[in-house]
Amino acid sequence: MPCTGFADGSAFFKGGLKVPYDFSIVVDKFPIFLPAAIETLKITGASLVFGIIVGLIAALGRISKFKLFYYPSTFYVTVIRGTPILLQLFIVYYGLANIIRLDPFPSAVIAFGTHNGAYIAEIFRGAIKSIDIGQTEAARSLGMTRFQAMRRIILPQALKRAVPPLGNQFIIATKDSSLASTIAVRELLLKSQQLGSSTFNTMEYLIIAGIYYLIMTTVLGYFVHRLERRLAISDRAG
Amino acid sequence: MTGRGEYAVNKRSERKMVEVKGLNMSFGSLEVLRDINLSVAEGEVVVIIGPSGSGKSTLLRCINFLEKSRLGEIYIDGRLVERKEKTINTMRQDVGMVFQHFNLFPHMTVLQNVIEGPTQVKGMSKGEAVQLAESLLAKVGLQDKRDEYPAMLSGGQKQRVAIARALAMQPQVMLFDEPTSALDPELVGEVLGVMKELAREGMTMLVVTHEMGFAREVADRVVFMDDTKIIEEGTPEELFNNPQNERTQAFLSKIF
Repeated sequence: MPCTGFADGSAFFKGGLKVPYDFSIVVDKFPIFLPAAIETLKITGASLVFGIIVGLIAALGRISKFKLFYYPSTFYVTVIRGTPILLQLFIVYYGLANIIRLDPFPSAVIAFGTHNGAYIAEIFRGAIKSIDIGQTEAARSLGMTRFQAMRRIILPQALKRAVPPLGNQFIIATKDSSLASTIAVRELLLKSQQLGSSTFNTMEYLIIAGIYYLIMTTVLGYFVHRLERRLAISDRAG
Repeated sequence: MTGRGEYAVNKRSERKMVEVKGLNMSFGSLEVLRDINLSVAEGEVVVIIGPSGSGKSTLLRCINFLEKSRLGEIYIDGRLVERKEKTINTMRQDVGMVFQHFNLFPHMTVLQNVIEGPTQVKGMSKGEAVQLAESLLAKVGLQDKRDEYPAMLSGGQKQRVAIARALAMQPQVMLFDEPTSALDPELVGEVLGVMKELAREGMTMLVVTHEMGFAREVADRVVFMDDTKIIEEGTPEELFNNPQNERTQAFLSKIF
């Protein structure tokens, strides 16, 4: 039997070419995605806070002379960067279930936080390493301890240098949070899939989710750029 | 043309501010310092000269343990500096260091650079540190630059801020590691001027430099190093006018 039309009754041809989508849905249903968008922001935000803390610790571990600090940090970064994020999510949600049964949301935050932490660790490590050794020497020659020199002199400069790659990682994290849909966290992608499959307007609902992601990542990019410019004040020569 | 005439204020002291005994240092299998013995008395200005790679800068860096020597002892104001993190940190408060490449903290203003040491290391109150910093900035002629960031300054200005930053710790000794080598020629004078002023005030100074005019004019004693060793030392007139060692003669004939 030849295919002549769509489920909702509209035909390919009815006196002319008809677009097989109803984009008014995109506009009409846009607001009902707001709670899902907030859920996406919550997962992303929480996993980034988690990731920054873990990342900073791991970065300091990666440059530490103490083997007990260096090796675990290096192991963490190697394992997490070397395995898929979806696998990590499933390990936390399904794999650990025999030991501890976590709800979808905390599972997602732990998995994504751990994942982002590994990348953020490398961003911080690179930024710290990029600061001239003379800065440490000048700080130490004033009598500062290693810790003081790191906290007062090296880290403030390194964090500034880390802003552009961090912004990039934040955008990646926002998009990667969509993987939480696979363990039933009620975020944007899950919402669009659920509505899409129950109404057959799959494309329209996917587009809504896409627009939300685009808004979030664009706004994030804008703020990162502004922050970069503000931090560049001390670099500006007359 | 002598260092003693013009700058010989309070330079009779027998108190040894810096004493280096039997210092040996190597980077891997490469020997960079061999059996160095050197002392600097209170108020004395000692200038170390010599060809590149002779070990002058390394010697200076060993004195405040930016490089860890393999063998030998460092005494600051008569006290042996033990090779312990804490002792070294305490010692560094008394030993100011000025670097070839300034190493100012770029994320801090000039004033913040200068008060960083006293407030963070000595626990001085901010008000007191600012007062001290302002007087030091006035001394190096940069009081009007206190709120600028280092990126706004010329090389000569940066180095003068670096000197003020080191002085803010109120050190007993100042080490200068080729302080004018990274400067445009026209900016060398302003830095040397500040250093001369310090010498005149009686600061104990150990200076590695290629500025022979400065050595002649300001030094109480000039030390010539070549190939990891101290070859010869003496007053400027002894060393420059009547060098004893042929290596010293060869070096001086090349630069004059």
